[in-house]
Amino acid sequence: MESLINFAYIIASILFIYGIKMLGSASTARRGNQISSLGMLIAVVAVLLTKDMSYTWIIVGLAIGAIIGAIAAKRVQMTGMPELVALFNGFGGLASLLVGWAEYAARPEPPAVTGAAMVLAILIGGITFTGSLIAYLKLSGKMGGNAINFGGQKALNALIALAIIALGFVFVTSHASWALYALIGLSLLLGVLAVIPIGGGDMPVVIAILNSFSGLAASAAGFVIENNVLIVAGCLVGASGLILSIIMCKAMNRTLGNVLFGSFGAATGKTGKAVEGEMKAASVEDAYYVLEAAQSVVFVPGYGMAVAQAQHAVKELAQILEDNGAEVLFAIHPVAGRMPGHMNVLLAEADVPYEQLAEMDDVNPIMSTVDVAIVIGANDVVNPAAVEDESSPIYGMPIIKVYEARTVYALKRGQGAGFSGLVNTLFFGENTRMLYGDAKETITGLVAQFKD
Amino acid sequence: MLILLLFIFVLAGFLGFELIQKVPSQLHTPLMSGSNAISGITIVGAIIASGALDGKMGIILGVIALILATINVVGGYMVTDRMLAMFHSKKDDK
Repeated sequence: MESLINFAYIIASILFIYGIKMLGSASTARRGNQISSLGMLIAVVAVLLTKDMSYTWIIVGLAIGAIIGAIAAKRVQMTGMPELVALFNGFGGLASLLVGWAEYAARPEPPAVTGAAMVLAILIGGITFTGSLIAYLKLSGKMGGNAINFGGQKALNALIALAIIALGFVFVTSHASWALYALIGLSLLLGVLAVIPIGGGDMPVVIAILNSFSGLAASAAGFVIENNVLIVAGCLVGASGLILSIIMCKAMNRTLGNVLFGSFGAATGKTGKAVEGEMKAASVEDAYYVLEAAQSVVFVPGYGMAVAQAQHAVKELAQILEDNGAEVLFAIHPVAGRMPGHMNVLLAEADVPYEQLAEMDDVNPIMSTVDVAIVIGANDVVNPAAVEDESSPIYGMPIIKVYEARTVYALKRGQGAGFSGLVNTLFFGENTRMLYGDAKETITGLVAQFKD
Repeated sequence: MLILLLFIFVLAGFLGFELIQKVPSQLHTPLMSGSNAISGITIVGAIIASGALDGKMGIILGVIALILATINVVGGYMVTDRMLAMFHSKKDDK
């Protein structure tokens, strides 16, 4: 039986690997996800075949978890996706922490290696849990999205990290339960402290890192109970999450360390040049006449589109423009929104086919041939200062070069700056017109103009 | 035993890096929520702990872990599937 179970674990691991591979391409992604869920089912059935097991509590736990998970997955709105992913992530982390703890409760005198793995499962799982919880609160607006900083923050974090190392050493050598409880408490605290100083715009990186951590926590739990499938699956997730975070960081021209430990702008002390000129407002009618004549239109969505829930209206306008003979593309910056790929999900929900969704590097070369670029609630990712102004804190960050388009319409709620607090020189550009107001109302207004 | 497990860990890490590197950015969200569901694999450890024949403390912790891991797994896969069902190509329309 033992070897049958292990064989099933191998099958499950292969299915996970295939599943992740297929998730990498739009046409196979859905099948890939199903294959990976089949792998999970096989792993669960296999472990249930273990000898000498009492099933009562297993059934209770599985049933409660499945019901809650299914309801949450069915109910969530696509705009609420970032916070749900964060929450699920946190649950996975806490589960790994508890698995490590439960193993200690069952075997209070673990060998050194197992003890060290317990420490890791608890540490990483704990950080993942509270870190994800804070991310959830920030993303869902239940807590202010701004960075929370206080004096001595870094010193405090360093102190906690040192204490965790010391406690880990005490626990591994003495198996003292107080050391374990202290570790749990400090890990949970560290998760909170690590995420509160990170602002809303950096959330894509944070979520990707926490995703990576939830995998590593599972892997550590795998070392605790010496189980291959946990190690393999957890490590796959750990690696993929890490890659995603690196991609996100590159898209912001920052390093991981800078996102995690340096508040925005603080590291360089740069503020950017003052901008001359003024923002020129335009009316919906003006925009209509220009769009009516446009041969090519590029939409550049940002977090503002998600806030205004404007994706369906945008899709309608895109459709009208296409029917009117224009070529329509959506240019999506890798860090637009609050999680990796956020804009793609919203536009997919609104039925925009994925061929129309272009990546930054594909759309920039043709930008100068574009008649109209419509920026919907995006800010820093289209700020020309990143290219032109060496004194700007975002200098060097890759952007979508909408300023090269013949005309730019920027939809914006008010005159304020973006999350970074930077002035966007795009808005002062010669060829830029501002459309103030709620993005959804503005777009709906344009659609109405076309229909008249 | 430890060496073998570490060996597996390292190989899986490299494999993960190789697999993800080429994913287009439009799939980042489903990739993340799909891999998030995979990290719920800790459900296996939770089942083992919940199914123990004795040791009240271990079982209690195991059941809580099991509930959380199951939410992660079931919710994660379902929500990813929902998202991916919306991604469609122009060809599908016609």
